[in-house]
Amino acid sequence: MKMKRGEVIVLLVLAVGSVLAYLGKINGWHSGFMFPKWLSITIVSLTFLSMVWMLVRTIQGKLVERRIVFLYVGIAVALPLLMELPQKIIVSDIVRAVYTELEALQPGSKVLVSFDYDPASAPELQPMAEAFIAECFERDLTVIMMGLWPQGPQQAAMAVDSAMKRMGYTDQDKVYGVDYVNLGYQAGNEFVIQRMGSSFQSMFKTDFLGTPYEDIPLVKNVKNFSNINFSFNLSSGFPGTVEWVQVAVDRYGLRMGAGNTAVQAPTIYPYVRSKQVLGLLGGMNGGAEFETVTGLPGKAIGFMLPQSFAHLIVIGFIIIGNVAFFREGRKSRLKG
Amino acid sequence: MEHFGLWVGAFLTLGIYSFLYRDNAWYKLCEAIFIGISAGYWVVILFWDNFYGKFWIGREEEPMLWVGAALGVLMLCRLVPRIGWISRWPLAFIVGATAGLWMMNYFSSNIMAQVQSTIMPLLGEGYSASFGEIVGNFVIAVGTFAGLIYFYFSKEHKGAFGATARLGIWVIMITFGASFGYTVMSRMSLLIGRIDFLLGDWLGLIQ
Amino acid sequence: MRREIPLLITAIAGVVFVVQYFIPHSPFNHLDGWFSDWFSIVQACAIVLGSLNLLMISSQKIARKKEGWGYAVVIIVSFFLITIIGFAGGEEFRDVGTGFDWLYNYTYVPLSSTMYAILAFFVASASYRAFRARNAEATLLLLAAFFVMLGRVPIGDLLTMWMPEGFRMSNLATWIMDFPQTAGQRAIMIGIALGLVSTSLRVILGIERSHLGGE
Repeated sequence: MKMKRGEVIVLLVLAVGSVLAYLGKINGWHSGFMFPKWLSITIVSLTFLSMVWMLVRTIQGKLVERRIVFLYVGIAVALPLLMELPQKIIVSDIVRAVYTELEALQPGSKVLVSFDYDPASAPELQPMAEAFIAECFERDLTVIMMGLWPQGPQQAAMAVDSAMKRMGYTDQDKVYGVDYVNLGYQAGNEFVIQRMGSSFQSMFKTDFLGTPYEDIPLVKNVKNFSNINFSFNLSSGFPGTVEWVQVAVDRYGLRMGAGNTAVQAPTIYPYVRSKQVLGLLGGMNGGAEFETVTGLPGKAIGFMLPQSFAHLIVIGFIIIGNVAFFREGRKSRLKG
Repeated sequence: MEHFGLWVGAFLTLGIYSFLYRDNAWYKLCEAIFIGISAGYWVVILFWDNFYGKFWIGREEEPMLWVGAALGVLMLCRLVPRIGWISRWPLAFIVGATAGLWMMNYFSSNIMAQVQSTIMPLLGEGYSASFGEIVGNFVIAVGTFAGLIYFYFSKEHKGAFGATARLGIWVIMITFGASFGYTVMSRMSLLIGRIDFLLGDWLGLIQ
Repeated sequence: MRREIPLLITAIAGVVFVVQYFIPHSPFNHLDGWFSDWFSIVQACAIVLGSLNLLMISSQKIARKKEGWGYAVVIIVSFFLITIIGFAGGEEFRDVGTGFDWLYNYTYVPLSSTMYAILAFFVASASYRAFRARNAEATLLLLAAFFVMLGRVPIGDLLTMWMPEGFRMSNLATWIMDFPQTAGQRAIMIGIALGLVSTSLRVILGIERSHLGGE
């Protein structure tokens, strides 16, 4: 695995570029870049034209090397982060349903939010978490947070910080222990939910910071799920939405909405149909729709532009591969 | 430390991505760090949350927790081949408890509730739905039934049964296609998150 | 003894949870509580077992100077680095600003996220090379993926804004997700649940014994 001279040079250029950009950031030499509209349109057009060229090459039987495909994916994701193009996000009924549930709650109602994910899924779920908590604060709902994943409470703390900043609230506007609380993580997967059905306190003797349960004003009178008005589960796998549905919803009658990673979201649709889950935010798109319906734009809306381009690139590659396949009379000569 | 942390994060992120170019020492180093750090992470978390948090703190108040600790120690017997068979006891406990819990939960939520929601009235007194909803309910009922028929392998798939199974495989294919679409969406979102870290948090290039 | 006791333990644990489902009152709710605590404690010991196994394999690799043994050293060093810092941190080991928190944010987070995120590239490459409309089933799969991928991003509606409202990409994607996709997912869900219920019953009754390392 010896390195070639060219590779060393590329690595050095990247390293020097990174150091300069970083120094620029910390010394205030630049405050980031945004492409002007004409440049954005030029980049998009050139990318499209090069895809056409790739189609021609593939039809000729010359398969594009996989690293070129990787490069296109990288470009499709990276450059749109520096672009500002208009986009209209349509809110689907399944997302609006979560908003409607929040709308129906009286100020002071208790909302339980379970953070059942880790940082690996944060790009998809964190924007949802931030938007959901911001909306709860906006409506004066009280928020009880917890996690069935050990990393969940840390994500919850970050989401609250971000929501507070976005809404311009201080610690006096939303008081910890009164307006919101972080109960922390509890091991035991669905067993935790099951025991919360009879007693929250049996599972959470203290909160995330070590304050005894009975000394927290927000939860001292919360015995079990019957004291919760609405619940929202952010999940990227097991334990997550499925377990909450099976135990909290079906056995204890909790009203629940969910926010899932896009990989998991399709598997939750049957629960939405059967009203076991009242509304669903699926993936980054679900987060962007929720930000749109609440009128609190955040990261998800900004990320929808690279998301659109990335989808177009994948679709483009599928089309190129299939056009070549059909031109060759269904006997693809493409080799990996 | 934050500056150093950002560079470490970027070094590890780029190291993993370097695999896209070709397998290399940088990638393998990052991979090894990942294996060590994740295993250690879980040991620490489970020690403090499960062992210390559940057992150590509560052992005097709740003597029954000692049974759990005993089962845990039995689990470690696996390390000694001569008495390794004892580790089957805690394993048997975990499997039995999970089987008991899942049997009822899945039966109730994933079979009964789903069947009930599949068999919806098309029309009728006290029931109102739009035309689209009625068609949709019909698609779900037929699609679910056909899908289940496809999964039934104890009877040969021919005749009317085979035709239904064929319809079932079409429905399943649409489901897989949709899931593929969502998987692409998910992976791209995660990639966007990482690029946002590199260009935004690390280099500050995003405005 | 080696076989009978584990079978008895499995049966008792399983039956308690089944009965608890129907009678969520004393004494079954207490048993349920104890069992879930035991479960967590055993889980903690199981991870120790797994980690010791990892350390043993890595040590053997180093001792025998197998190819890539240097990476085994890195595994062991990283493992001990985070565990020592984590244990030394006491109960507040993960508070903001601790060494464990630093390692979590700047090593665990980027590595775990990037490991998942790298799949984006391979999905795209596989789509180009292998995702073909070879027959009716594959065509259906491809079309569903096409509509869902386009319909779930704003650009899908932009490309179909000339069409009547109900036929725009987002509406088509929503229809696919709400009806045929749900039907397929539901069939899979019911199928899995049926299999799970019957396997659980076999485990509790002692008919299925593979988890005990036998027939």
